[in-house]
Amino acid sequence: MDKFRMIFQFLQSNQESFMNGICGIMALASAQMYSAFDFNCPCLPRYNLAYGLGILLVPPLILFLLGFVLNNNISMLAEEWRRPWGQRGKDPAVLRYMFCSMAQRAMIAPVVWVSVTLLDGKCITCAFCTSVPVETLGNASNPGLSQGEMKRVLARIPCKEIYDGQELIANEVAIRYLRCISQALGWCFVLLMTTLAFLVRSLRPCFTQAAFLKSRYWSHYIDIERKLFDETCAEHARSFAKVYIQQFFEGMSTDIAATHCHPPRKTPVDVGEAAEKLLGITDQGTMNTALKSWHRCKPPLHLHLPALPSANGWAGEGQPPTHPPAPRKETAAYYSRV
Amino acid sequence: MDCFRMIFQYFQSNSESVMNGICGLLALASVKIYTSFNFSCPCLPRYNMAYGLGIMFIPPIALFFCGLILNRQSLMMLEEWRRPQGRRKKDTAVIRYMCFSIMQRAMVAPIVWIVVTLLDGKCLICAFSSSVDPEKFVGFANVSPVQVQQLLARVPCKDDELMRNNTSRKAVSRYLRCWSQALGWSILLILIVAAFLARWLRPCFNQVALLQARHWSNYIDIEQKIFEETCCEHSRLFAHKCILHFFESMREEIKLHSFNLPREGEGAEGEEDLLRGITDQDQVNKLLKMWYYEKPPLDVNQVTQR
Repeated sequence: MDKFRMIFQFLQSNQESFMNGICGIMALASAQMYSAFDFNCPCLPRYNLAYGLGILLVPPLILFLLGFVLNNNISMLAEEWRRPWGQRGKDPAVLRYMFCSMAQRAMIAPVVWVSVTLLDGKCITCAFCTSVPVETLGNASNPGLSQGEMKRVLARIPCKEIYDGQELIANEVAIRYLRCISQALGWCFVLLMTTLAFLVRSLRPCFTQAAFLKSRYWSHYIDIERKLFDETCAEHARSFAKVYIQQFFEGMSTDIAATHCHPPRKTPVDVGEAAEKLLGITDQGTMNTALKSWHRCKPPLHLHLPALPSANGWAGEGQPPTHPPAPRKETAAYYSRV
Repeated sequence: MDCFRMIFQYFQSNSESVMNGICGLLALASVKIYTSFNFSCPCLPRYNMAYGLGIMFIPPIALFFCGLILNRQSLMMLEEWRRPQGRRKKDTAVIRYMCFSIMQRAMVAPIVWIVVTLLDGKCLICAFSSSVDPEKFVGFANVSPVQVQQLLARVPCKDDELMRNNTSRKAVSRYLRCWSQALGWSILLILIVAAFLARWLRPCFNQVALLQARHWSNYIDIEQKIFEETCCEHSRLFAHKCILHFFESMREEIKLHSFNLPREGEGAEGEEDLLRGITDQDQVNKLLKMWYYEKPPLDVNQVTQR
């Protein structure tokens, strides 16, 4: 467990490390998924090709899309792409950089799946067993079989238990042949992908380094700005909620005092901290009314801060305050000590 | 776990160590990939050679490229090589040193693959079974040439129906495996002797230049890291100022619309300071709408000049 925690901490140390970590985990997950998957060739003439190629190509597509979904930055890219210009221009180079770096990371898991599939050989064996060159590997001169019959026999190659074409072409020979082709394709695919990755990485400093530094800076900036804005809004919401709830309790206590024709209780000068926190509600009935009112009739989202008289009606304002000004001053003075 | 943590910390302590760590991991990965790879010789006359030699040489090339890609220093070397001269001269000795050390590290995983392949023997048996002299082996001596090629090609496949009980098959297999392992051990010995000599004799040749090149290549690495960290720090501060400025300008706008008297100074303290003058659901909605529709310009000059 310690080991995992350390690895996790290392990967979380910065955003890029974290994304690389997710990328690596998805690649391992894709290899694990393949080995856990129970491959079952249908051994029927047209179904083989569909099944084999389907298993080869559909999961990589899903993994690719999953790579985008798991990447936090996709929503950032979409937001930056769709926002109106406002007072800040949009730089297409930054958008391209963000998209390219996300696409590169999302490509790793599909490439791992396709490589593992090809190197294992079952998919290609299943998909192309009807295309085995019987003339070179077996006895094509067998007279009794029409084309369709031969295809039906060849389609059973991957299923050793039901294979009945031993005179036509030996099962092991065909499987070895197909597996060899599949593994050759697999290694060529791996070589091609690593060469492409190497070229993409090494051509950048040769041609577009300055533009790259600019795009990278501004894409990090957009990310940091978004996070800071969320933090600032969360801080604001917290303060808003705190003041709002205090005002609610004050309002309750004043309302109830007014209903019972009591003057609002004057707090003694040397009141203790615990009594202050009671916010003017000191009996079961008042508390119950406060709770009921909180559920049934929440007041509008409008804070009454001391020196902002809201009577001048800015367009978006809520309801005017309900208490008379004199007690309000008192309550304002009261809670500003809190 | 302590031991693992220490190893981890040691490898992270500087970037050379990190690169050595990656190099080691890649070498282990190459052994693991070889052992989990299902080697399946086609046992057909021309295909054997292509398959055997392909498995021996194509993965090392891919591993070599992987080694270059995963090594951060390769990117740094390219950047240093291609940058415009500017006001800082370029030192070709430093670039050569970096190139050399990158190549050395990237070669480890491919060599491990080739050595493991040779020591295991399957690749060479598959590739060269058709090329042995059939006269040396009793089972193949009196067979027609065409047939002998077919038979020899099937030697790597133990379970083949023709080869299952053929004792000469085992003889050919052993013969080829012996050659393969001899080759493997020889290559390993030559490489280790070469590495030993290179390390031992290096101080005899131009040690000063080497120390300088190593120092300046470390410097370039550190400078790059610090530049990136400073940029991150800067963009954080920039974003902070930009957002504060945005909230301030919203507060100004609200004040303007409400025709309020300026607030009596009770001192901006605690919650009110954090509220930044936004105290209403509609004001908050307006702020969020402005943030989306009209992001402020990337210019914190007014803020810093205040």
